[in-house]
Amino acid sequence: MNRMSWFNAVSLTLGFAFLYIPMVILVIFSFNESKLVTVWAGFSTKWYGELLQNDAFLNAAWVTLKVAVFSSTMATVLGTIAAYVLVRGGRFMGRTLFSGMIYAPLVMPEVITGLSLLLLFIGIGLDRGVLTIVLAHTTFSMCYVSVVVSSRLVSFDRSLEEAALDLGCSPAEAFRLVTLPIIAPAVISGWLLAFTLSLDDLVIASFTSGPAATTLPIKIFSAVRLGVSPEINALSTIMISIVTVGVITASLVTKHHVARQKREEQAAVRA
Amino acid sequence: MDLQNYSHASTSQGAGLTTSVFEPWNDPEAKPLIHFQNVTKRYGEFTAIDNLTIDIYEREFYALLGPSGCGKTTLMRMLAGFETPTEGKIFLAGQDIAPVPPNKRAVNMMFQSYALFPHLSVWENIAFGLKREKMPKHDIGDRVEAMLKLTRLEKFARRKPHQISGGQRQRVALARSLAKHPKLLLLDEPLGALDKKLRQDTQFELMDIQEKTGTTFVIVTHDQEEAMTVASRVAVMDHGKIIQVATPDRIYENPNSVYVADFIGDVNLIEGSAKPNGKDAYALSWHEGHEPLTVKSPNVFSDGQKCHLAIRPEKVSISAEKPAEADNAVQGRILDIAYLGNISTYHVELPTGTVIKAQTANTRRIARRAYTWEDTVWLSWTATAGVLLAE
Repeated sequence: MNRMSWFNAVSLTLGFAFLYIPMVILVIFSFNESKLVTVWAGFSTKWYGELLQNDAFLNAAWVTLKVAVFSSTMATVLGTIAAYVLVRGGRFMGRTLFSGMIYAPLVMPEVITGLSLLLLFIGIGLDRGVLTIVLAHTTFSMCYVSVVVSSRLVSFDRSLEEAALDLGCSPAEAFRLVTLPIIAPAVISGWLLAFTLSLDDLVIASFTSGPAATTLPIKIFSAVRLGVSPEINALSTIMISIVTVGVITASLVTKHHVARQKREEQAAVRA
Repeated sequence: MDLQNYSHASTSQGAGLTTSVFEPWNDPEAKPLIHFQNVTKRYGEFTAIDNLTIDIYEREFYALLGPSGCGKTTLMRMLAGFETPTEGKIFLAGQDIAPVPPNKRAVNMMFQSYALFPHLSVWENIAFGLKREKMPKHDIGDRVEAMLKLTRLEKFARRKPHQISGGQRQRVALARSLAKHPKLLLLDEPLGALDKKLRQDTQFELMDIQEKTGTTFVIVTHDQEEAMTVASRVAVMDHGKIIQVATPDRIYENPNSVYVADFIGDVNLIEGSAKPNGKDAYALSWHEGHEPLTVKSPNVFSDGQKCHLAIRPEKVSISAEKPAEADNAVQGRILDIAYLGNISTYHVELPTGTVIKAQTANTRRIARRAYTWEDTVWLSWTATAGVLLAE
C-alpha cells in the first residue's frame, strides 16, 4: 500500500470535517445535562427519556413512518410500471415526451410541486391529512423509482423475456416470473430511495399536511423556531443512528453477495 | 464419384429406420413440417426477408447459413413467433401459424445468449416450461431428470446458471428447450460462445441428441464448417433471399452460384467464355494465347457466354514436371506457401497474373518437397474437378 501523501491527508481531513462536524456536535449535545444547548454541563441521557414521554413527537414519528411506508410502496408500483412501459413499450406516439415528463419532477422546485398539490387538494375538496401527504409523496418520489428501475431494465437481456414466452408464459406471467425477480434489487433500492425521500421531506409535507397530521420534519422545524431544545438533539441522534445502521447493513449485505457470486463464478470456471 | 448416392444424410442422419437414406426433400409424397410461402418481412424501407419459399421436413437438421444481416435470424424469429411476416404465410404441420402467439406454439428456441433465468437453478430452468403446461409434479420430475441425463447435467441440477461453466450453460439451454417435446427446435448460433475445441465436440453431441429425440432442428449459424458438420441440408442466404438449399456435399461440390462457391470454403474462380464441345463438355477460353480449359458441366451455356470456372484448391494438383495425362495443365510460379502441418496451400501466380490456390496433403516430410518459393510449377486438374457457373 502506498503511504498517503501530506496533501491527500489534509484534504481528506478537511473534507470529512466539513461533512461531519455539525452532526458530531449535535450528537454530543444530545447527551448534555443542561437545558441550554450551547453550554456543556455534564453527561446525561435524560433527554432521551423525556423524548419517550413526549406524545407530540411520538405521534409525529408514527405519522411520518406511515406516510413513508405507504407512499414509497405506491411510488414503487407506479414507478416500476412507468419504467417498464417506457423501456419496453416500443415506439409509440409521444414516447420521448412521456419519458421527459417522467423525469421533470426531479428538477422541479419542491415549492412548486407542493403548491400545485395544495391547490389541487383544495380544488377537489380533499381534507388535508395523512392521505394528502401520502399522495403528494407518491407523486414526487415515483419519478425517482422510475429512474432507478429503468436504468436496470435498459441493461436487462430482452431474450430472457422472450425465452419465458417461448416456454409458454403469457406476457403477464413472464413479467411476474422472470422480469420482476431479476429486477427486484432495483425495485427494492427504488423503494428505499422513495422511503428516505418521504422521511426527510419538509417542503411538500408542509404544503399538504393539515392540523390532523404532522410529520416529524415539520414538528422539528416548528419546535426549533421556538428555540432548539436538547430533546430535538436526542431525536436527531436517534434518526442519525437508524440511518447509519441501515446504510452499513445494506452495503455489507451487497458486498457479501458480490463476493460470494465472484467466488462461485471462479469455482465454476475451474470445474 | 456419384454425388447422388454419396449422401451425407445417410451416414449421420440415421433417423429413418425403414429407409436407408434420409432425404424426404426428394420424395414428392412427403409433407413438409414447415412451409414458408412467399414470405416477405420489411422493417420500414429495409427488406429483411424477400419473397422466400422453403420447405423443412420432419426430423431434419436444417441449417440457415449466411453473413450477418442476411435475414437468417429474422427467419428464425418468425418461426418462434417474435416477428410476423409482412406478406406471405408460414405453415407448421399444415396450420397457418401467423395468429398463434409464441407461448402457444409447439416450437421452442435455444437463444444465442442462452437466456437462462439467473434466479432459478438448473433444475428449475428445465422445469420452467413444463410447469407452465400444468404438467403433474411427478411427471415434471421425471421429465427434468430425463433431460438432465440426456445432457449429462445430473451433478449440476441444484446449481444456479452463474455457478456452472459456459459449456454446461449451453447444455442447460438445450435441455430446457427440448423439455417440452417441441415439434421444432430453433437454435440461434448455439455454439457461438464456446471455444473452438468445445464447439467441435458439442457439434457431435448436438447431432447425437437430435438423432435420439427425433426432433426437427433449425439452426442459424454464420460458421460454414458448423453448418456442414451438423446439418442434413444447408440453406445459404444472402440479402433476405435463399441462394441455394442442398445437402452439405452438394453445396460444396455443386454450388449453384459464384456467391455460394465463394461463401462455402475456399475456391479459385477463373473467368472466361464457354464454347460447347460435345455432350456436357465445354472449352473455356480464359486468356488469349493460352489453351482453352476443358470442363464438364451439367449447367448449359451458349457459345461465347461469359462464365466462371469454380474449382476447389484441394482439387488442383501441383507438380514440378508437366503431368503427362491431365485434362488441364497450366504453368506458374509459387508466390506463397501456407504450411498448416497436415496440409499446405500453394499460391501460384500464372503468367496472366491470376493467382490459383492449390492444396496438397503433406504426405512427405517438408525437406523432401520438390519445389519451394519462386519455383516454376505445373498445376493440373481434371475436366470434372470444377463447376462452371454463370455470372
